[in-house]
Amino acid sequence: MSQGHDKKGRPLVAVTGMGVVTSLGNGKADNWAALTQGRSGIRSITRFPTDGLRTTIAGTVDTLKVSPYSAPSLSIAMALEAANEALHEAQAGSNGKFPGPLFLATPPAELEWPQRRALYQSALDKSESGYRRLLASARASDWNEMQSLFQFSSVANHVAERLGTRGLPTSVSTACASGATAIQLGVEAIRRGETDAALCIGTDSSVQIEALIRFSLLSALSTNNAAPEQASRPFSKNRDGFVMAEGAGALVLESYEGAKRRGARILGFVRGCGEKADDYHRTRSKPDGTAIIGAIRNAIDDACLSPDDIDYVNAHGTSTPENDKMEYLSLKAVIGDRVANVPMSSNKSMIGHTLSAAGAIEAVFSLLTIRNGTLPPTINYAVPDAEIPMDVVPNVARQARVQAVLSNSFGFGGQNAALVITAP
Amino acid sequence: MTEATAPREVWITGIGLISSLGIDADTHKTHFETGTGRVLDESRYAPYPVHPLAPLEWSKQIPKNSDQRQMETWQRIGVYAAGLALADAGIAGNAELLDRTNLVVAAGSGERDTKVDCDVLEAIHSDDETALLAKSVLPSALRPTLFLAQLSNMLAGNISIVHHVTGSSRTFMGEESGAFAAAENAFRRISSGQADVILIGGALNAEREDLLLGYEIGHNLWRGPFKPAQERSGQDGGGFIPGSVGAFLTIESRAHAEARGAKAYARIADIRTDYTARKQGDIARSLTQLFETFLPRIPAGRLPVWAGSSGVDPSTTEDLAFFDLLPAYDIAPDVRVYGDDLGYSVEAHFFAGLALAALTTDGKGERKSRNPGAAKNALVTGTGYWRGEALALIEAIG
Repeated sequence: MSQGHDKKGRPLVAVTGMGVVTSLGNGKADNWAALTQGRSGIRSITRFPTDGLRTTIAGTVDTLKVSPYSAPSLSIAMALEAANEALHEAQAGSNGKFPGPLFLATPPAELEWPQRRALYQSALDKSESGYRRLLASARASDWNEMQSLFQFSSVANHVAERLGTRGLPTSVSTACASGATAIQLGVEAIRRGETDAALCIGTDSSVQIEALIRFSLLSALSTNNAAPEQASRPFSKNRDGFVMAEGAGALVLESYEGAKRRGARILGFVRGCGEKADDYHRTRSKPDGTAIIGAIRNAIDDACLSPDDIDYVNAHGTSTPENDKMEYLSLKAVIGDRVANVPMSSNKSMIGHTLSAAGAIEAVFSLLTIRNGTLPPTINYAVPDAEIPMDVVPNVARQARVQAVLSNSFGFGGQNAALVITAP
Repeated sequence: MTEATAPREVWITGIGLISSLGIDADTHKTHFETGTGRVLDESRYAPYPVHPLAPLEWSKQIPKNSDQRQMETWQRIGVYAAGLALADAGIAGNAELLDRTNLVVAAGSGERDTKVDCDVLEAIHSDDETALLAKSVLPSALRPTLFLAQLSNMLAGNISIVHHVTGSSRTFMGEESGAFAAAENAFRRISSGQADVILIGGALNAEREDLLLGYEIGHNLWRGPFKPAQERSGQDGGGFIPGSVGAFLTIESRAHAEARGAKAYARIADIRTDYTARKQGDIARSLTQLFETFLPRIPAGRLPVWAGSSGVDPSTTEDLAFFDLLPAYDIAPDVRVYGDDLGYSVEAHFFAGLALAALTTDGKGERKSRNPGAAKNALVTGTGYWRGEALALIEAIG
């Protein structure tokens, strides 16, 4: 085993740049200050009228203005904001060229009501109705701008073209595990020796009226509208659902040797990636937790570590009754009695659930946790859940030396991923 | 898993293919060997012709009605084809093996309840009302299950639930690029030793107005009576004729396939992708460069080419230009634009091309009778109607 390789003889994968955008602000500095002060980015939605809706709160990103507004435009803007921060830190590439591929976690593309309405209104023959009218309107006029934003490859194409990444950009969706999967794709490409560097981004701008209604119909969302900043309560007994949120996280990954060669500063390592799919239910995990347990075990094995080496868990911690219980039970199955002592906190208590972006954003926060020696808290932890007897770093940040973080991401559709991130 | 020091052979051991032409791989093989015509519906979505899915009984691969109800048609198509591939490979029903089998899907979707959409559009009269009606109409009209049908990753989710493929699950998006990236990534994972066995594929339900709308905002669809892709190309930007297709393959390392006694159709010698800005000449230049990396493995003479040409320009014009360049390499391309028979199936299309190339390159076919004239290699091409380029080289085993 050479210095630049792990125990399995694979190239070590270093992180040399990070960037982040959430409802707490743009950039690592603002986000970290807010996270360690226990501040919430959740607020009442102002993007569209919400009267009459069961849930009226979210962690929207309102700091980036895109005009005209559309969900993919915001996804692109957030991804670029986070990526540019990461590239600036890494000082990787030059002349608008990044020397590696793009792996992007992004929500599925779909026309929304403003676009459907615009098509409907522009029809020449107003006597037609329904989709026949929409299609006639699409045929009759130039909608290139709409097409460039609402294909499934749109966000990745715009980002790749702006950042000059190499080769075919990859868009991935494993629901709420997507951000972690994007990082895993980058790690694997470097381990295969295909590239020295990869840009991994998760971005999500799903706070749209229909998505909000749909998650609401699945009974997945918190309805604590009166006090938005207190709505996301991971691991608390009175948790009642997740809070939809937006954001982006970006990481520049490089082979350790490549990073060393060019004198880049190493911020940490992505040492292990694990996945496991669930076959139990479309929105619920197996009661015995085997799929989540499998993903966590696979990540720790992949990192050539043992469960005893994990000294902090960046939880998936969505604040739904189901997830938080299953996450606890699964972690307990992997790390045994240590589960009572290993601190585990949920960034989602402050930023909400950033869906496709969550795995990437939380990987950035995991690295900041290591770098700063501070565990961000799980806020809104007022009523402990006796079924989850854990150290959730309640309400107040804490100093701690952290060598190895387990970062969990579990998605609807049974797609589970976990990352092991270690100190430089 | 420790990465292999030398590239490992990647074998295709199972195929599931359904389309307007039939509901199993053999029917497709026979069709393309004998050429028995195509199935088109030119009236239902006029002016857009589509290739409708052949009639089938979902319950043959999706036994539970409750599962069928939780899916929309694109997911059923994919789950059905995935089940065929697993059965063909001898993986179906083997719990231990299914638990190690990885899943890689290329998906689009966003399948909508078009009636609800129409009701909303017809009820609102100003932009201000959009949100209002979305609120008053949608909460009662939307079915929670349909939301799950809209999420790209839920085709994979349903394959895991119905067929118990649970090693891992990744969904790639991005029209054809999603399929190119998925296929290349799966190939490389096996080749490098990062995975042993992967179920790969995609599905398209062409018989959907909401799907047609997504493509037609870019004027990507062909309007009017059927014409082959070559003839559509060059006419007012061309256009594609969508076809309902489910295409899945199981791919394995040679060692893994041999250890379990699985027969292979063929091996994937290589898959390479590119992303050009689509300036004039870019596509042909890109395909040529990708092809040159394959060239040392390809003997001179006849080379079957499964061309994934869409009929949309400029990509199809440049596909054809690329084929015209091949004789300069002492290659005589025998080009089959398979979308002219199947219809164009976007995220499923490249997988359908891999399946057809493997079926006709024909190692596993030795179970029956190997066509003595069968070529040893076949090329599969993919060019996205908007972005993305890909080539795959399939080789007979032995």
